[in-house]
Amino acid sequence: MNDTSVKIRFTVDGKECFGKPGQTILEAARENGVYIPSLCRYEGFVPAGSCRICTVRVGGRYMSACTQPLTEGLAVENKVPDLEDMRKALIEMLFVEGNHLCPSCEKSGNCELQALAYRYQMLVPRFPYQFPVRRVEPAGTKILLEHNRCIKCLRCVRGVKSRDGRNVFGPLHRSTDKKIAVDRALATKLPDDQALKAMERCPVGSILKKEVGFAVPIGRRKYDKRPIGSDVEGPKD
Amino acid sequence: MPWKGPFDALLARYPKDASRLIDIVRDVQAALGHVPPKAVAAIAAKLGLSTVDVEGVVTFYHFFSAAPAGTYAVYLNTNLVSEMKGAAEVAAAFEKEAGCAFGMTTSDGRIGLYKTSCIGMNDQEPSALINGIVFTKLTKKKVKEIVAAMKAGRDLRTLARPYGDGANRSNPVRSMVRNNIRKKGPVLFAPFSSGTAVKKAAALSPEEVIAEVKKANLLGRGGAGFPTGLKWDFCRRETRTPRYVVCNADEGEPGTFKDRVILTELPHLLFEGMAVAGYAIGAAEGVLYLRSEYAYLRAHLEKVLATLRAKKVLGRSIAGKRGFSFDITIKVGAGAYVCGEESALLESAEGKRGEPRDRPPFPVQFGYNGLPTTVNNVETLCAAARILERGSMWFRSLGTPKSTGTKLLSVSGDCKRPGVYEVEFGLAVQRLLEMAGGMDAQAVQVGGPSGQCIPRGQFDRRIAFEDLATGGSFIVIGPQRDLFDVVRNFMDFFIEESCGWCVPCRAGNPLLKRKLEKIVGGKGTARDLAEIEAWGKVIRNTSRCGLGQTSPNPILTTIQNFRELYEAMIDRSAEFISEFDLGQAVQAATSITGQTLPESHHE
Repeated sequence: MNDTSVKIRFTVDGKECFGKPGQTILEAARENGVYIPSLCRYEGFVPAGSCRICTVRVGGRYMSACTQPLTEGLAVENKVPDLEDMRKALIEMLFVEGNHLCPSCEKSGNCELQALAYRYQMLVPRFPYQFPVRRVEPAGTKILLEHNRCIKCLRCVRGVKSRDGRNVFGPLHRSTDKKIAVDRALATKLPDDQALKAMERCPVGSILKKEVGFAVPIGRRKYDKRPIGSDVEGPKD
Repeated sequence: MPWKGPFDALLARYPKDASRLIDIVRDVQAALGHVPPKAVAAIAAKLGLSTVDVEGVVTFYHFFSAAPAGTYAVYLNTNLVSEMKGAAEVAAAFEKEAGCAFGMTTSDGRIGLYKTSCIGMNDQEPSALINGIVFTKLTKKKVKEIVAAMKAGRDLRTLARPYGDGANRSNPVRSMVRNNIRKKGPVLFAPFSSGTAVKKAAALSPEEVIAEVKKANLLGRGGAGFPTGLKWDFCRRETRTPRYVVCNADEGEPGTFKDRVILTELPHLLFEGMAVAGYAIGAAEGVLYLRSEYAYLRAHLEKVLATLRAKKVLGRSIAGKRGFSFDITIKVGAGAYVCGEESALLESAEGKRGEPRDRPPFPVQFGYNGLPTTVNNVETLCAAARILERGSMWFRSLGTPKSTGTKLLSVSGDCKRPGVYEVEFGLAVQRLLEMAGGMDAQAVQVGGPSGQCIPRGQFDRRIAFEDLATGGSFIVIGPQRDLFDVVRNFMDFFIEESCGWCVPCRAGNPLLKRKLEKIVGGKGTARDLAEIEAWGKVIRNTSRCGLGQTSPNPILTTIQNFRELYEAMIDRSAEFISEFDLGQAVQAATSITGQTLPESHHE
């Protein structure tokens, strides 16, 4: 069904692009050097459509580019002022929803939420800070859950499984009470490399591997020199 | 009756099938009054799940709890109409008599008090569910009786009296719920003889059945109005099998209760509609997803299913046609408004947290158990059976050209005759208000909180997909009401019911509500008013499912239709007014120390 020799023509903000059957709008745009910002997406994981930052507009309808299959002739609006402002609003919502204190965070410089805030030049969020009372939770012997920073992107839920394929992480409750929890027995049994991966896959500093930290000094981290999205867009001229 | 045996025996009754998770948790909740960590671990081990999967389900649904909920768990409906009819007084009576606050249990663990959103009894509020038993038209006196009975450890069924009308009083329903059928129309409430629709269907090919439903222009009655024939057509064209028919009997939109009446009085018509749908799409299995609040109807529905099997309306070789096999199982939810969204409903029917799926793929491609599924509303399936019985021409003669047939409306609020009205599409709001005795309304909430609030000036508008589309909730708001109370109640509802999956709905709505309180509290400026509208649009445009996309509607539609109320609240002369009030912020401290702040600090 997904004949990869077939090319699908589409446009993003008027730029002609080509993609393959089975791709999402976001994947195909990336291959054409067009960056559609995203946060909950992680290469190789089933998309969740939870952060909504990749929201694009097609024919007046809003959709998440990370979940929307590419079809022939789509005219995608991406980098237009009102959409960009909505994305900035979503980023700001995440900042006020939790307690994000970048200077003391192990993930600073490697944090995708922080990187997006820089990209969108967020200074002070338009929303009032909610200052929720959240805890730091030891989750088994290998990892810590820093709930203050969790953005419920569900990457850990989707991407970290036990040896027999069970969920190590999962969501509890709903609405503003929603939180990520672990199966402690399974989390304790996670091999060290898997625990480290869980931390790396978390876009913020919510999953922390115990007994490591600041292995790469601030200043030499992923987004310290080049903004998020530059891997897709190439160097700015 | 709650099951009392050892825990292992309870689990042993179930197969190792993760799709039964909700059923197992429901049994444990009923037996123990909560789902303790030991039970979580045992269930997870049994089903091959992790403990977070089980805890995720326990904490998602209203009627499950990780902490002891009380031998008697009282769920008082506090939606808008219940509040209008005195829910606050009833709540106070419960607290006084039971001796504990809402959200807690009595110290002996016997009684737990909880608030819940609409339980589908808006025509007989205030109402409550206590251990699954429905109590309607609660009064302080009745509460006193109920609490005394709970303290004495009595069976509450003897107090759920007098019985309602029709099938409500029959065995095995025996409930005090009243049907309140105020107007019978030709589609739903005309006499129906079981077996006539499947017989007509069996005489046609499945494609012809779909063509007939398309010709009738039947649009989905849940509110969205998707063409039913087209949905069936899409589903039939999918090559994968088996396919499924799922009936969405999770009417959770505050103010709607018409499916309750169908399930009580016309389940045979509904089930026959499901069989017709099954024949059309090539499905042999149907699932009725019943909201937990209506679990009191389950035994009744099972009984009707048995009767229909005996009459060969369900089962093998229906209407004597070889290959026309169809049967129905009932799945019961556990309390979550979002499960009315079809993909969330499917997740819940599979035993999981009721969180919507990304679409596409749509349920017709990837539905129940990942297989092609048509999900239809209760009323839609009833209408489909009628279309087969009486023909598309007849159906098209009712309603308007774009909105054919009739609509069941659930009318409640400030009116003399709340109840169910079956009206032809095209009826003006004004005319319905006359029928229901709500002529002095200042506004009407059409389609529930996710719908729109319309002012008197729009009462000439018509109930039809081309004008006021609605799933059927119609709440009359009298002149004595403060519309901001309405908006607040609805926003609290959406905040409570958000599944929390996506950012705008989860994080945005509390911010919207806070902004509303700022404005209503007299601290708003022109900028605040512009911002609340802009933020509402962000949530509407970027949310992942229908719940999120419509969640700012209480604010957006009242700003659109009652802008003057908001304008009156804001200070046009002020550039900025701080939300922060120092006096209020330090009130607890000053009252303890007996100090007062200097006047200048109150600014």
